[in-house]
Amino acid sequence: MVKFTLNGEPQELNVPSANPLLWVLRESLELTGTKFGCGIGQCGACMVLVNGQPTRSCQMPISAAEGSEVITIEGLSEKGAHSVQEAWVEEQVPQCGYCQSGQIVSAVALLAANPNPTDEDIDGAMSSNICRCGTYPAIRRAIHRAAGIQRQLASTDDGARGEE
Amino acid sequence: MKDQHSNPIEDKGITKNLSRRTFVKIGVLAGTGLTLGVSYRVTKGPEAPLTDAVFSPSAFLRIDVDGSITVMVAKSEMGQGVATALPQLVAEELHVPLSQVSFEFAPAHPAYGTAMGGMQLTGGSTSIRDSWLPLSEAGAKARWMLREAAAQRWGVAPDQVQMNEGKALHPDGSKLTYAQLASAAALLDIPKDVPLKGPSEFRVIGTPAPRLDVPTKTTGEAIFGMDAGPSDTRVAVVARSPVFGGVLRAFDPTGALEVDGVDEVVELKSGIAVVADGYVAAKEGRDLLTVEWADGEWSTLDDTEISDLLKEAADQDGATVREEGDIDSVLTSDREQTRAAYTLPYLAHATMEPMNCTAWVRNGRCTVWAPTQFQNAPGLVGGGARQVAAKAAGVSADNTVVHTTFLGGGFGRRAEQDFVREAAELAGKVDGPVKVIWTREDDMQHDFYRPASYHDLSAILGVDGMPEAWCHRIASQSILQRMVPSWVPDFATNWAGTSDPTSTEGAQDQPYHIPNVRVTYSKVDLPVPVGFWRSVGHTQNAFVVESFIDELADLAGQDPYEYRRELLSEHPRHRAVLDTVAEASEWASPVPGGRARGIAVAESFGSFVAEVAEISIQDGQLHVHKVWCAIDCGMVVNPAIVRAQMESGIVYGLTAALYGRINIQGGRVVQSNFHDYQMLRMRDAPDIEVILLPSQEAPGGVGEPGTPPIAPAVTNAVFALTGQRIRELPIQIV
Repeated sequence: MVKFTLNGEPQELNVPSANPLLWVLRESLELTGTKFGCGIGQCGACMVLVNGQPTRSCQMPISAAEGSEVITIEGLSEKGAHSVQEAWVEEQVPQCGYCQSGQIVSAVALLAANPNPTDEDIDGAMSSNICRCGTYPAIRRAIHRAAGIQRQLASTDDGARGEE
Repeated sequence: MKDQHSNPIEDKGITKNLSRRTFVKIGVLAGTGLTLGVSYRVTKGPEAPLTDAVFSPSAFLRIDVDGSITVMVAKSEMGQGVATALPQLVAEELHVPLSQVSFEFAPAHPAYGTAMGGMQLTGGSTSIRDSWLPLSEAGAKARWMLREAAAQRWGVAPDQVQMNEGKALHPDGSKLTYAQLASAAALLDIPKDVPLKGPSEFRVIGTPAPRLDVPTKTTGEAIFGMDAGPSDTRVAVVARSPVFGGVLRAFDPTGALEVDGVDEVVELKSGIAVVADGYVAAKEGRDLLTVEWADGEWSTLDDTEISDLLKEAADQDGATVREEGDIDSVLTSDREQTRAAYTLPYLAHATMEPMNCTAWVRNGRCTVWAPTQFQNAPGLVGGGARQVAAKAAGVSADNTVVHTTFLGGGFGRRAEQDFVREAAELAGKVDGPVKVIWTREDDMQHDFYRPASYHDLSAILGVDGMPEAWCHRIASQSILQRMVPSWVPDFATNWAGTSDPTSTEGAQDQPYHIPNVRVTYSKVDLPVPVGFWRSVGHTQNAFVVESFIDELADLAGQDPYEYRRELLSEHPRHRAVLDTVAEASEWASPVPGGRARGIAVAESFGSFVAEVAEISIQDGQLHVHKVWCAIDCGMVVNPAIVRAQMESGIVYGLTAALYGRINIQGGRVVQSNFHDYQMLRMRDAPDIEVILLPSQEAPGGVGEPGTPPIAPAVTNAVFALTGQRIRELPIQIV
């Protein structure tokens, strides 16, 4: 039995402890937004937040999630309202879209750690995610835009309201 | 995987051979308004039934009584934007803003066979070109009928009624919405011909409308093949022969069956499937199978043997695919010849979503959920997912339904239906729905690769430095030969016999004005499966032609841009993109220190693209800093999508130029995953500036044409910087 919090909801699951978090999310919990791309921690399509840290869910046995707080693409916001998702729409980032859940999660983590990233910061943080459609220039624009949205939110709300 | 099984549409029994006319009338006879029999929605489960009455003047368009407008997209959305651009075509003629239109993926059905030969296929950058007329007509006919319905309601002449923003307007200012008119319109005869708008009247076409698929692709809701299928779908992973042409000799399922969650082990034509309650168990079971393969005659094949065979073939007389002037007498004169050999490797597609397919066979019916580029084909052509699945499952095509999901990348890989065949065969042998998931390793080692090729180039320059003779000898495997059914005799299809345009495109039609030209093709038979890889023959031939012309410019002591320009005097569209990209990149101005620029131009799939790359080399590492790209793709439906496709094609081609190589050792593919088949990542992605040339020419493709010029633009820049001429990809800096 493994217990953890998923998108704010407590979970108790009886699954083999070695099963990667990715497949528990996709198959046991039917949250299919997190994608299988390579299975060896190379592509980032399976990226989720574990205790706020960007984590390749294909490499994390479910047992290691015990007691942690997991957030997937589905848990970032209601209806795509997260500032990063909004920026993704405004910059029209996705093409095939398969890698984008992972890209968005990585970008959320980057901006949480570094609210005003430079291009070099983006290179460093986002090179963990592969996109075969070549949306990299659009992702770069969207991250800068999301940083702008977050700054604006912070100033309008005077810090009273954080990101979801 | 959570929806219920409900009302599979084939159970309505009305999917067979419906004419467009029948589409409309079925619903009327049923007394429920107008229901389009072959419609469905892509959900996680099977088809949701259509509940509302609809007005459906063509298979491509449906207007429900609530006024919702749905375009059936019969092309596969793999990132290239068809699920937005095709609805734009309909919205334009229907006089509605795109925001009022939604889309669904069309089922596999002959009504949607707009591609070559009546195929329902997405490939060759043809979607806009072959959908323009049918979708524009669908919108225009619907508008005509809605206007007629309004005129009848009001008792005025149709030309008194204005159609605008989803409403009919009476001269006195009163309005009727499309929702109010749909039922009445559905009872009218469908007009044969209606006039279409001219470009000056376009309000939706030509605008950078937001993509209709972007919202669900930012929330994780978009359903790809991996995500599709009923909730009780089991998962299978398949063991396949690692050696090309190998066959199964024996296997022992014991190890697999001992894995918790593994249900059964099933022998298939392509290998052995381990079926389990989930992916982890299925893969573990697959890895624990004991299998003995008979490797066959190719078990020692390797890169050296392949390159020797290619070179040998190029040295022999191939099929002449272009001959102008008197090349023999020029080449056999004692004048100085320039000769160079170029080689390109096999490439895998490496779509982000590994191959997968879900199938369910019961009661003589087969339902497939597939991220496929090829849904349906007329009987004689064959090869569509519907035909392939039907045959593999042992049911009729009429009883086979194919649901196309979003594709996590296609690039030509998903034009092959091997992954559908396998899933359907398995589904025919087990109970309940089953999804075959390919591991990344399976995907990379059982691809249909961009063919490796060898190119022998020779040229003679005139006294003015301009080429007087150009001879290009190409050797590679033939993609079309592999695809042609074996019963077709060689003489019936010349491309299956000695030549293959997919191997020589971009070479046989290279545009430079040269009086004596010969291009030959030598077909090489090898067991490596070869297939269509984004821009196909142009991937190799643009690199070769644009590199060799650069060599000749250098030999002539001329600027590579001016040299090309001079040779393209009869090709204004090539020249225009070349001029545009030269101006944008300030070609004539000095390059910042330590950097250099290279240029290349290519026509492919009806579009003209020129690119300039600016590079530097530090510690032996090549950096591509910036790429300028100018495209003339004729009339543009959505400029934002065209720009995105240029960025996409450039990154795809750059990945191949910098890293792409599939090696063959022991008759099998060496590479297995992204650690040894590298992808371009964010830190290596250049800035890209795209310029669209305004054009009233017929629309060209955009999914592929961005790719061909990038490799030579980069390698020509390397030459400009270091003097090293790159004649083999991927690039190795010495």
